[in-house]
Amino acid sequence: MSASASRLGTAREEGRRPRPGSDAVFHWTLRGLALAPLAILIGLGVQLFRASAASRHAFGWGFLTQSAWDPVFGHFGAWPFLFGTLLTTGVGVVIAAPLGVGTAVFLAELAPFWLRAPVGYLVELLAAVPSVVYGLWGIFVLAPWLQQSAEPWLGDHFSGVPLFQGAPYGVGYLAAGLILAVMIVPFVVGLSRQAISAVPAHQREAAYALGSTRWEVIRRVAVPTARSGIWGGILLATGRALGETMAVTMIIGNRPAVSASLFAPGYTLASVIANEFTEATGALYISSLIEIGLVLFAITVVVNLLSRLLLSRIARAGAAA
Amino acid sequence: MTGGTTGGTTGIVRRGVNRTMLVMTGVCTAAVLIPLFLILYYVVREGAAGLNAAFFTRLPAPPGASGGGMANAVVGTLELLGMALALGIPLGLAGGIYVSEFAADRFSGAVRFAADALNGIPTIVTGLFVYALVVVPMHTFSGLAGAIALAIIMLPVVLRASDEVLRTVPHSYREAAVALGATRWRVLRDVILRAAKSGLISAGLLGLARVAGETAPLLLTSLNSSQWTTRPGQPMASLTVQVFDYAISPYDDWHRQAWAGALTLIALIVVVSLIARLWGGIGDRV
Repeated sequence: MSASASRLGTAREEGRRPRPGSDAVFHWTLRGLALAPLAILIGLGVQLFRASAASRHAFGWGFLTQSAWDPVFGHFGAWPFLFGTLLTTGVGVVIAAPLGVGTAVFLAELAPFWLRAPVGYLVELLAAVPSVVYGLWGIFVLAPWLQQSAEPWLGDHFSGVPLFQGAPYGVGYLAAGLILAVMIVPFVVGLSRQAISAVPAHQREAAYALGSTRWEVIRRVAVPTARSGIWGGILLATGRALGETMAVTMIIGNRPAVSASLFAPGYTLASVIANEFTEATGALYISSLIEIGLVLFAITVVVNLLSRLLLSRIARAGAAA
Repeated sequence: MTGGTTGGTTGIVRRGVNRTMLVMTGVCTAAVLIPLFLILYYVVREGAAGLNAAFFTRLPAPPGASGGGMANAVVGTLELLGMALALGIPLGLAGGIYVSEFAADRFSGAVRFAADALNGIPTIVTGLFVYALVVVPMHTFSGLAGAIALAIIMLPVVLRASDEVLRTVPHSYREAAVALGATRWRVLRDVILRAAKSGLISAGLLGLARVAGETAPLLLTSLNSSQWTTRPGQPMASLTVQVFDYAISPYDDWHRQAWAGALTLIALIVVVSLIARLWGGIGDRV
């Protein structure tokens, strides 16, 4: 990175001063515009923090653990939404991570070369399908199938598991988690594939020379070496799942309650903002919804930073190799 | 290749495990692609049934009445995207050019980091921000607010993609131009931007593809409208919000139109992303 950055700047670092006049104006204009992402990020955080003041003062940290969501009496607690976000994200990641890493191994190590580009493109296409289209498909195809076939079957065969108990609604945590898995899997595949492809060939060759099978090379050499890139991809996908709004809003059932059963309808942080914000009346109600936005902002920024840290580690290791 | 040197039972077990696990990765790939095919199948089948001339030429029918179309939403989406491009592309390109060409390491590191963080923020949160920033002072939902939200979402994508494209321009080009006495502005305009032109166009198209399917931020900014609203100061219809509203409505005819809207959206995005990929070859970024 240090070699590629600051290319035209190097002239200056070597002692030549920036030319006066229009060149300097041009330089400082660009510099100002380049600060936009930083300014927006800070502005966003500050704005959400300030606009949620009423709610933060009224409920304190208890906002995160209280379950009441009662606009009429002005009691607001975010726990059902936080719970729904964490549960659906968990379901999505648990399904998407192994499938995504498996697909990445297939594409990076095993697939015939003519197959890699088209399959890679199709996987990326999953990321390009609009959220609202996933939601539409979820409402009219996935949820009815879950209600009539999958959930009754799971209920019959795993009746001892609390996750699979209760009436099959179709819409609910399970439907949202499944849709999330489909939506985030391209992020796992893309970054894992990159990381696995970046493992130097001589490491694989060394393992083959010792008599390893292909699978042993993948499991003991390629995947462990690519580990931080794979985790980075999984975390990035987790961040996407946490903030995904439309598809989840359309199929989670929108009920502000906490339930141990995956079949039950629920709610998420992002969905409650999407559904209620424009219709919210009263300063405290609006402020509470903004605080939910603040919680979502904080969680996703942290998850993304962790992911970038892991991913920059492979970039650095790659540069060193 | 398959551990043939180790004979005996361990060899057989290892070969069996090898074969099984290799097949499993193929099964994973199939499991990832099956939902894509199912979604495309339903969108094309149901969408094609709902597409007709009225869809592109008529205004939405009143609730419960059949007929009508999404003409205003098609126009609104194009207008929102046009305004978002006008705001987001220059800002993203300027940032990408600056961090790639001029900035010291620490500055470019900070901007890249902020862009990555911004890229990961849920778009509904961006919608909340723009609501406070634009909708509240203007006292109305507006197409302009929607376009600003989309531009903010597009900005980091364009910035990072153009940053990467510019880093592939050989350093010798810059040195040659500087050696001829060109100012930095001239080096950029006459050498670097020309060399990277197709890649930069592709970066812009990637940004467009990223926001073309956005719904959540529009719910809080441009809202929706059943009328012809082409002025940016008014609430504006969009395909995505219209698909959402129709999908959760109780009317069969609206469901049919929601599928048609979904097909239109997917066609738009696939075309844009294919052009981006074929043109500049940087479509590998998700």
